[in-house]
Amino acid sequence: MNNRYIIIYTLVISLITAIVLAFVVNGLQPRHAANEAVFKKREILSAIKDQLGQDLNKLKDPEVLSLFEAQVQQVVLDAKGNPVEGLKAEDINIAAEEKKPAAERKYPLFIFKGEKGSIYLMSVRGNGLWDKIWGFVALADDFNTVVGTSFGHAAETPGLGAEIKDNPNFSKQFQGKQIYEGSEFVSVAVVKGGVKRKAHEVDGISGATITSVGVNDMLKKGIKAYLPYFESQKKK
Amino acid sequence: MADIAVAPVPVVKEKEYWWSKKERKLVTEPIEINNPITVQILGVCSALAVTTMVKPALIMAISVTLVTGFSNLVISLMRKGIPKQIRMIVQLVVIAALVTVVEQFLKAYSYPVWKQLSVFIGLIITNCIVMGRLEAFAMANKPWRSFLDGIGNGIGYGAILVALAIVREFFGRGSIGGLKIIGSTPEFALNTSELSWLGWYQPNGLMALPASALFLVGIIIWIHRSMNPKLVDVS
Repeated sequence: MNNRYIIIYTLVISLITAIVLAFVVNGLQPRHAANEAVFKKREILSAIKDQLGQDLNKLKDPEVLSLFEAQVQQVVLDAKGNPVEGLKAEDINIAAEEKKPAAERKYPLFIFKGEKGSIYLMSVRGNGLWDKIWGFVALADDFNTVVGTSFGHAAETPGLGAEIKDNPNFSKQFQGKQIYEGSEFVSVAVVKGGVKRKAHEVDGISGATITSVGVNDMLKKGIKAYLPYFESQKKK
Repeated sequence: MADIAVAPVPVVKEKEYWWSKKERKLVTEPIEINNPITVQILGVCSALAVTTMVKPALIMAISVTLVTGFSNLVISLMRKGIPKQIRMIVQLVVIAALVTVVEQFLKAYSYPVWKQLSVFIGLIITNCIVMGRLEAFAMANKPWRSFLDGIGNGIGYGAILVALAIVREFFGRGSIGGLKIIGSTPEFALNTSELSWLGWYQPNGLMALPASALFLVGIIIWIHRSMNPKLVDVS
């Protein structure tokens, strides 16, 4: 077998696999996009799963979409907290927004219109130990009380940092916490070694200090970005 | 009487069977006596990683079986044309292409499972079972037999995976295949916080971690070898 045969063989094999894969990937692309959209909506709704009135895990994909369509209002805010016309919150790529200068950033806000009033869902993003972490924080319409949270992560350690997502008791702790102390914004702190200020603190995860601190910083920074909008809503 | 006299002597011709004893052995041997995980000690990495729950383990088992089967088939069809110098690369291209196809289909039709398996689907490419069978079997055998060999090894691997997952999910999470059996919330069939005689029960947190799979694989190998004396000191 001479070199020419080997080279031609290599080229032909590469060409055939490339063509096959291109067809498969292109053909399945629409389904991938649809799956991703539903997954994201489930992630958002899981922050308010106790307020939905039905079991989110039992809802089928089309039901999630129609529930989202019917009950969730999507608002995009600019850095000053003013709504931006003509944009949908689900189209905002928060990872890309992070790279822009602070004054040009846009923030997605999802407003769930439930039986007991509106719930405001903020999107937050920060750093864990290994990679990015993110989450959704649901605020009641007093713009102070947290009604639920959901967290996600790219690569935290299973059993330790990954507990922010896997352990439902971690996100449950946030329910009923308040982000204001008097008129001062204090966020909800994730602390080590016992909660002291019951209204504003939750327990961190033992063995996952850096992830816990990451969640703490993410909430403080993330919620703060939405405050101008909430202030303007309070005046109304 | 004359009939018997004219009966021709049958020509003895080696017939190729599709499903003779030999072919059956190709499929059954790797499930039991030549199991990839417990005897060949291949593919242990993913056996630790994807066996915390039954469903992903089952999907992984099916994916690996498809990939070993069809990569064996494809390589066996190509075996006479593959230049010796680059055969490893060619094998890898075929495996990688098949794995990518499997991953794309999972992402399209079973998105939550795809999310859960995440990186491990891609790692089928480096799963030693696949390449091991290509080098050891498909390069030297006919397509149909190679395909059966691949399927057999995939099933052998998958059987161990699912067995591990059943034990780990039951003791670690109190459920099997998502069916909640024993735990401390009302969703479970046996609610330990209400049944006083079960109040002592706690799920075993170790079972949720990869290390527990190593212990379990060790125990399976131990039992397997003590039942088959001829396996002792083979590897």
